[in-house]
Amino acid sequence: MTEEIHQLFNAIREEAEKRRNAFREAPVPKIHIGMATCGIASGAIETKKAFEEALAEQNIEAQIHTVGCVGHCYAEPIVIIDHPASGFPPVFYHEVTAGKAKMLTKLFLAEGDPRFEHVYGATEENELIPSVMEFPRFNQEKRVVMEKCGRIDPEDIYDYIAESGYSSLVKALQLKPEEIIREVQESGLRGRGGAGFPTGRKWELARQARGENKIIICNADEGDPGAYMDRTILESNPHQVLEGMILCAYAVGAGNATVYVRAEYPLAVKTVTRAIQQAKELRLLGKGILGTDFDLEINVFRGSGAFVCGEETALIQSIEGHRGTPQHRPPYPVERGLRGQPTVINNVKTLASVPQILNHGAAWYRSIGTESSPGTAIFSVVGSVVHPGLVEIPMGVTLRTLIFDICGGIPNKKKFKAVQIGGPSGGCLPADFLDTPIDFDSLTEAGAMMGSGGMVVMDEDSCVVDVSRYFLDFTQKESCGKCTFCRVGTYHLLSILERLTKGEGKEGDLEQLENLSLDIKNGSLCGLGKTAPNPVLTSLRYFRDEYEAHVSEKRCPGKICRALTAFYIDLDKCARGCDICGGCCPVDAVFSTKNRKKAIDQTRCVKCGECKVACPPDYQAVKKVSPPSLAPFIERPPKI
Amino acid sequence: MDEEILTEEALILNDIRSHLTTFEKERGNLIPILQMIQEKHAYIPREAIKLVAEYLEIPVCEVYGVATFYNQFRFHPPGKYPIKVCLGTACHVRSGDIILENFERKLEIKEGETTPDREFSIERVACVGCCALAPVAIVGETVHGHMAPSKVEGLLLRIRIEKEKQEREKLTISGNN
Ligand SMILES: Cc1cc2nc3c(=O)[nH]c(=O)nc-3n(C[C@H](O)[C@H](O)[C@H](O)COP(=O)(O)O)c2cc1C
Ligand code: FES
Repeated sequence: MTEEIHQLFNAIREEAEKRRNAFREAPVPKIHIGMATCGIASGAIETKKAFEEALAEQNIEAQIHTVGCVGHCYAEPIVIIDHPASGFPPVFYHEVTAGKAKMLTKLFLAEGDPRFEHVYGATEENELIPSVMEFPRFNQEKRVVMEKCGRIDPEDIYDYIAESGYSSLVKALQLKPEEIIREVQESGLRGRGGAGFPTGRKWELARQARGENKIIICNADEGDPGAYMDRTILESNPHQVLEGMILCAYAVGAGNATVYVRAEYPLAVKTVTRAIQQAKELRLLGKGILGTDFDLEINVFRGSGAFVCGEETALIQSIEGHRGTPQHRPPYPVERGLRGQPTVINNVKTLASVPQILNHGAAWYRSIGTESSPGTAIFSVVGSVVHPGLVEIPMGVTLRTLIFDICGGIPNKKKFKAVQIGGPSGGCLPADFLDTPIDFDSLTEAGAMMGSGGMVVMDEDSCVVDVSRYFLDFTQKESCGKCTFCRVGTYHLLSILERLTKGEGKEGDLEQLENLSLDIKNGSLCGLGKTAPNPVLTSLRYFRDEYEAHVSEKRCPGKICRALTAFYIDLDKCARGCDICGGCCPVDAVFSTKNRKKAIDQTRCVKCGECKVACPPDYQAVKKVSPPSLAPFIERPPKI
Repeated sequence: MDEEILTEEALILNDIRSHLTTFEKERGNLIPILQMIQEKHAYIPREAIKLVAEYLEIPVCEVYGVATFYNQFRFHPPGKYPIKVCLGTACHVRSGDIILENFERKLEIKEGETTPDREFSIERVACVGCCALAPVAIVGETVHGHMAPSKVEGLLLRIRIEKEKQEREKLTISGNN
């Protein structure tokens, strides 16, 4: 048996290596272009086209290699040009527009000048160009799940195999299922879907459960409106997730598996579907995997975009064709899940960690991260940071390192105010917590939670009340309506928060927010309701003064809540005759007053802030104030 | 206009009927069927819900209940140029709502609606995965990053000019024939 497995796989690996070597050794430059959703959104398709056209026009031979996302979303479209004949190492370029692509083709590929002013860094150590590894954004990350993301072509299974892909499957097929489960248990891997349940334990329960047709589900529903790592992983390296699913199925004894991925992620759906097909063709999936008697079918179910369907019992309901309402647990899905069968539901990142664990061993995995949370965490860091994007760090790194070192800190010399972690179920932490290590338990203790891995960094110009309102607006709309406290309670929370942001807050509102929040937590069945008040509770705990300013002074300290702010033009600073603010105002609120200076008609102003951005830096005449009563009143002369 | 929509719907229903038979009559296929309709026709006509219910032999209210539960399904035809404004977390903190408002004001419709000439519709979406470009709006298939209220007008103007140009070209081509 063992021999047949090796024979079959060696043939595949040889083919992969042959292709890889042919690509590497071809005496032409290679252009690697990041083509995941974020790259495409920033114009990677146009960039690729520009390269192709320029190469054809100038008769240059080169190979274009489309890869996934490396997570450096601030720099998209990203292109790496490997042009050995020029004498330079592979060079990493950021924000490569179509124009830049044409320029680089001519100057670098044809004439050998890498254009230092556009270079971000070299991808390997060398004497000529500083390496990107000298930047904290590169050298402080630890890539376990996203190791191959952005390096391989997600549409080509051989690219994954050439990077030792599917080798842990070969290893696993020669082990007993119990041995795999033990390895996963020893690694201490905890579920990355939010709650952090020990994965090995879940698999063991599923293995012991009685059922003929056990099922594996990969949860790629990713409902948090600000997180996108699961999609990126599926788009950039789908085979690592599939390999994890196959290992899981082998370990628990399942014959069917489903990838539950949002229909709103068309590229991820396409990439996974193709990956499944390719794996089947090579007998890494389907009937008789690598010549053994282990069969597994994986299909794709497209989720229709309901946040609550990320919850495991609701997810099962929706696959069965019902409204996605969570069910009472127990029985847990590992005992009775989809179609009554024992079902293992794991997050994308959890499953993608398993091939790495089996390859390198449980002890290796334990050496990364902390005692109680081994391994890495992936965050999508957005908001006010210099280098937003996906970051994979070892657990235990502090928030300060993540935000200030790895992501480059707050832009425009603004001050840090808060960080919101964990999306709609998470919490808002102030500067005092910057030295909190990032792991499941420390974050929960601080009042936030790992949750989806969404992280929003807020500077002094942001409002925690508004952010709470935003998340409550989301959870209120997404509540499935089953539990009264969640359905009606979130509605009331939201209406109080709306009142606060409109300057209609009353005394007693803050107490009511607190009481109601606790009631919702107690009175809800599933995690959605149990965690929905978290954004409110943590921000009330740490930023109560801001809430109070909204209630008693009708003032928004971050000057964000529009009803509580006003714009006016400082007549001492306004240059007469400059019409820029008037030209950009979408509602004609700017008018000329004495000496052709400008003023703002407060009855018309929609507070978009466009005039403040447009006002030339030499004048900086447009001011934003809160409360609005601070803006001087200037009457608009009647239209002649 | 209404007349036109009705005949259009009749065609759509015929198309749906012919595709239904490729699905097995299982409750588990309800969502895939609705997705098929949504993808082929960009919305789910009222009559289609009845068709699906009959086909799967389940009550109409069940189908309607499921269809309305999920965000993916729409019940009105979208415009020729669907505008999606991202209101994910990153776009929200960068004032995505002001962008949305500007589109609403310029097109004189609300989010979720379609202009009477069925040219434009506005929708809000959650994170489209390019938070680094926030705030983001998507017109048709094109993602526009770093949106600003003043860019909204330019964007709509460009689409209108482009359309007029196409129409003129069409006229000259047919004129030449
Ligand atoms: C409201 C709600 C939304 C959830 N959304 C997701 C999600 O988008 N992705 C995910 O993997 N888990 C999500 N979960 C957690 C799942 O219920 C489940 O715990 C997880 O998929 C288990 O996988 P793990 O053990 O690998 O973490 C959600 C839970 C709740 C209560
Ligand atoms: S929040 Fe708008 S793109 Fe992510």
